[in-house]
Amino acid sequence: MSDFALEFLGISCTFRSSDAAAARYTAVADTTLRIRAGEFVSVVGPTGCGKSTLLNIGAGLLAPSSGEVRVFGEPLNGINRRAGYMFQTEALMPWRSAIDNVMVGLQYRGVPDAAARAQAQAWLDRVGLSEFGDRYPHQLSGGMRKRTALAQTLALDPDIILMDEPFSALDIQTRQLMEDEVLELWSGASEGRRAAPRPEPTPSGGGRNAPGGENGRKAVLFITHDLDEAIAMSDRVVVLSAGPATRPIGEFDIDLARPRNVAEVRTQPRFVELHSQIWNVLRDEVLKGYQQQLRKAA
Amino acid sequence: MWDRIKPHEGNLRVWQVGVLVLMLSAWQLASRDQQLAFFLGEPVQVLGRIWSWFLPWSLPPGALFADGLAGNADIYRHLGTTLLETVLAFCIGTVLGLGCGLWLALAPTASAIMEPYIKAANAMPRVILAPIFAMWFGLGIWSKVALAVTLVFFIVFFNVYQGVREVSPVVLANARMLGANQRQLLRTVYLPSATAWVFSSLHTSVGLAFVGAVVGEYLGSARGVGYLIQQAEGTFDVNTVFAGIVVLTAFALLLDGLVGRIERRLMKWQPRQGETEKL
Repeated sequence: MSDFALEFLGISCTFRSSDAAAARYTAVADTTLRIRAGEFVSVVGPTGCGKSTLLNIGAGLLAPSSGEVRVFGEPLNGINRRAGYMFQTEALMPWRSAIDNVMVGLQYRGVPDAAARAQAQAWLDRVGLSEFGDRYPHQLSGGMRKRTALAQTLALDPDIILMDEPFSALDIQTRQLMEDEVLELWSGASEGRRAAPRPEPTPSGGGRNAPGGENGRKAVLFITHDLDEAIAMSDRVVVLSAGPATRPIGEFDIDLARPRNVAEVRTQPRFVELHSQIWNVLRDEVLKGYQQQLRKAA
Repeated sequence: MWDRIKPHEGNLRVWQVGVLVLMLSAWQLASRDQQLAFFLGEPVQVLGRIWSWFLPWSLPPGALFADGLAGNADIYRHLGTTLLETVLAFCIGTVLGLGCGLWLALAPTASAIMEPYIKAANAMPRVILAPIFAMWFGLGIWSKVALAVTLVFFIVFFNVYQGVREVSPVVLANARMLGANQRQLLRTVYLPSATAWVFSSLHTSVGLAFVGAVVGEYLGSARGVGYLIQQAEGTFDVNTVFAGIVVLTAFALLLDGLVGRIERRLMKWQPRQGETEKL
């Protein structure tokens, strides 16, 4: 069995422009990235560099032009059933109440309604929304909607969690709160699995033959443009170059002790040191990315 | 003084009724002239007509009605026919529109092939189909239902089509990541998303269902409110024509209110003004 939860092997992704067939845009070029089971990996890069493209490829929502994605050693074909995805923008169904949103994935898997509702309520409890199950998304604040989305993703007990700047729309305080909460849920995943009612094994889930890694932690691929957030949360930070033809240009192991508090960890000397190291690599790319945006707009 | 009676939220209803009373009085005054009354009708006579249509009690001759009022209560058969046609057309048209809209929105090839024909069918003045339907379905209710269905269908169809195409791609991707298969996507994403658009179209289409039914009756039938109006027109009985119009308007409003009620119940997930961000 593979040590890696998710592997991107020589991935390239080229988009064809719909109005001019000759115009091609290579978003991601020859990227190899491996995420170990239970590892928290952040990917940072300038805006518009193809981070989301990479994540969509990992999710199976987008097929790469060349290269291969492997999930626990198996080549990925279609939607990645072992992964949960937290989107940057609103992804809750506005016509379903919070609890109905959390339980919808379980319903898709054929869990009976009563059991699905009980599990969904348990997850709402864990993200601190016990009382808000009957609210519709428009009746919840931005932070509460993100919590609901988190519960929705975690309720399916995925081995891999893909996060696409999930907190970028939140104000800074709510954001730090959510980051801490995600870290806690992630590091407490093993006991959490016992505490929370466990989803039944499903035909589509490909069974539960592979444990989520040490302590039953889930592998996380976290996309962000916020370097502070990346360092505070991750085991490893990968820096992507500016687009087009984005590829990883630097990898940094974050050897800060866990458990971490995202607000406090920022004051540690080691954090500052790592931050300046990574920023040295990232700065040039950010400038390059900005220049390209200017050129594109001109 | 003016401050008390000038229109504001509290006395809005009074003003609304005032406008009606003003218009009716002007009409009644104008109809004192016999020649004008022949063309315009007389509000009091219109009212009397409605009385004898709906109520079984006769009134003896009096100041307002020189010949007295007959309490025939004979409109129910006609009204029932018209309402039955309307409701049938409304239901059939909505279901067909929903089905076709969903199908074409989810099958890009089929929609690309059918597009010019749908555009043509929508541009065509469809009331003109009434004679053809009368030939196909006879003079019973089904020719009227068919006509009204063609009116309702396109409104619902285009709204569903639009609704399905405007499903948020993120919500869709999220549902797929949560493991939805095609049928589950249809049931949990496409349909609920399309219903919002359908309901906004139902208010228009309930009115059009009425139009289709009445126009169909007017062009050839043996019962229905459209038939009553057509008969009255044949004898230059303008009061009865107006009475028919009033009755139709009232029932169109009633059906519209019913749709609004169902909408409010089913669409409670939609933010309404002043209700957003309740917390």
